[in-house]
Amino acid sequence: MRDKGIRIEGLTKRYGKGDTAVDALKGVDMQVAPGEVVGLIGPSGSGKSTLLKCLGAVIEPTAGRMILGNETIYDNGWKVNDLRALRRDKIGFVFQAPYLIPFLDVTDNVALLPMLAGKPNAEARKQAVELLQGLDVQHRARAMPSQLSGGEQQRVAIARGLVNRPPVILADEPTAPLDSERALAVIKILNDMARKFETAIIVVTHDEKIIPTFKRIYHIRDGVTYEEAGEGIDLR
Amino acid sequence: MISLAGRDIQHAWGKFVFTGVGLGLLIGVTLTMAGVYRGMVDDAKVLLDNSGADLWVVQKDTLGPYAESSSIYDDIWRGVRSIPGVARVANVTYLTMQVQQGERDVRAMVTGVTAGEPGLPGWPPQLVAGRQITRGHYEAVADIASGFQLGDRIQIRRNEYTVVGLTRRMVSSSGDPMIFIPLRDAQEAQFLKDNDAIRQQRRRTSENPAFNRPGVPGLLDAVIASQSTNASVNAVLVQIKPGQNAQTIAESIRRWKRLTVYTRSQMEEILVGKLIATSSKQIGMFLVILAIVSAAIVAFIIYTLTLGKIREIAVLKLIGTRNRTIAGLIMQQAIALGVIGFVVGKITATLWAPVFPKYVLLQPLDSVIGFITVIIICVLASIIAIRAALKVDPAEAIGG
Repeated sequence: MRDKGIRIEGLTKRYGKGDTAVDALKGVDMQVAPGEVVGLIGPSGSGKSTLLKCLGAVIEPTAGRMILGNETIYDNGWKVNDLRALRRDKIGFVFQAPYLIPFLDVTDNVALLPMLAGKPNAEARKQAVELLQGLDVQHRARAMPSQLSGGEQQRVAIARGLVNRPPVILADEPTAPLDSERALAVIKILNDMARKFETAIIVVTHDEKIIPTFKRIYHIRDGVTYEEAGEGIDLR
Repeated sequence: MISLAGRDIQHAWGKFVFTGVGLGLLIGVTLTMAGVYRGMVDDAKVLLDNSGADLWVVQKDTLGPYAESSSIYDDIWRGVRSIPGVARVANVTYLTMQVQQGERDVRAMVTGVTAGEPGLPGWPPQLVAGRQITRGHYEAVADIASGFQLGDRIQIRRNEYTVVGLTRRMVSSSGDPMIFIPLRDAQEAQFLKDNDAIRQQRRRTSENPAFNRPGVPGLLDAVIASQSTNASVNAVLVQIKPGQNAQTIAESIRRWKRLTVYTRSQMEEILVGKLIATSSKQIGMFLVILAIVSAAIVAFIIYTLTLGKIREIAVLKLIGTRNRTIAGLIMQQAIALGVIGFVVGKITATLWAPVFPKYVLLQPLDSVIGFITVIIICVLASIIAIRAALKVDPAEAIGG
């Protein structure tokens, strides 16, 4: 097994200063192994989005440590110079809504990331098509996002998140707009892809339908996480 | 790397083309305004070119005959012709007036030329139809912009004239078509009063004891006769012999004839620098305002298009797209919009220019300058949208 996954230790995030300061994260510890899909669950205002933004190198934590793969990316300060490149190459994102680029077809939506990383167009597209085949949407490769169903759009979004083979994928309520059947199908895909590409996947969710599918769940409340074993229903 | 701007335009080409057409009409108006100015300058120059003159001899201390009124005696030409270096001279009159044809009238510059001597300065150099004036009275050569045709009967003051020839691009500095008539008729049209005024003048003269003295028979008749003659013209046009210096000859005429003389370059300066200066400043102001309005519209369009893509921009930033790629997307779209607008503007200006009542001259150089200006405006206008896009927080793509 490759040394991938993500580990965070004592991560804190404070908004504001002085009397008005709010501690959104209060020493969060978390570890997700390669090939593992974990759930991150908590009520509104518990700090889920703040944690996701810190993990996604979108906002800077106040203190703590984050190790991505075998690279320390944050240790009481960013340890990488180019956060954009970090997000592009090491972190995959899947959003609540697919947020595909409406003026690019399915293939180019997926191939955009490798292209941004400097890969030749043909090679990036080949890589995208292979991934689309794995997600069973290759027949929609030339379609525009507006021509896809919600489930197809979400699969394309997953393909985009995976295309650069990142060690970690952050999925922000990826099943929220889907019905039970499609939601479980998406979770199955995430599990399959996690295993196939040895990617650690953190799924932030409120969705009761999919919570039983996680083997491990992190609950977050008032900026503090605690771990719990999930049911881990087999989706095969 | 694929062109994100190109793909976006391809995806929403209808919106882009429609917006570009709207912008293009505005650019078309701007190009037309520039063409109107060029047309005015060209009208001024063509008036000088068509006169065939190297020197304009006019009333002392006036800017005549085009920019100010000028009146000199019609026998001055004899003395001017005797000056060394002068090849040909001709009297000429210019009078801008309404020329009648039946119920309609046309504003025209009626030009009096010495009858029967085509080729002299002041004569139309070439005709597009008909013939030159051959008779001493009641024949006219008209520019086709007047709308007159061969054989038409036109009314100038109290006389009727037959149009015997047609010219093209013979216009005044105001763009009014020129109508050439024999000099004697033109002098009469310009200087001869109507019958009532003549009768009244004769009565006043006869009642003046200075002119109607009992002991001086014939004095009153002589005075009245002198009041009825038309011995004035507006200018004498001079052609100099090849190899002669216009400045030297002009100086000689000034010195010996005590009149004002303008060379071609001086006359051009009067027409372009003084006669149409206010109009050109007016058009210049319009051009500046149109440029500002165009810039504001481009900025608004690009800004609106960018605001419509805020979520996509947030996603692009989140997945690691560089700022310059996002800026490039917006700027390329602004430039594409400018190019579409310019092409539409150029086509529309070219199509509607001939319909304008005055000459609109669309010069290639103006088009090049216009194109560069449009692109610069688009680039500058896109900066506002780029600033907005670069301020987008990638965290907006993540909920919460």
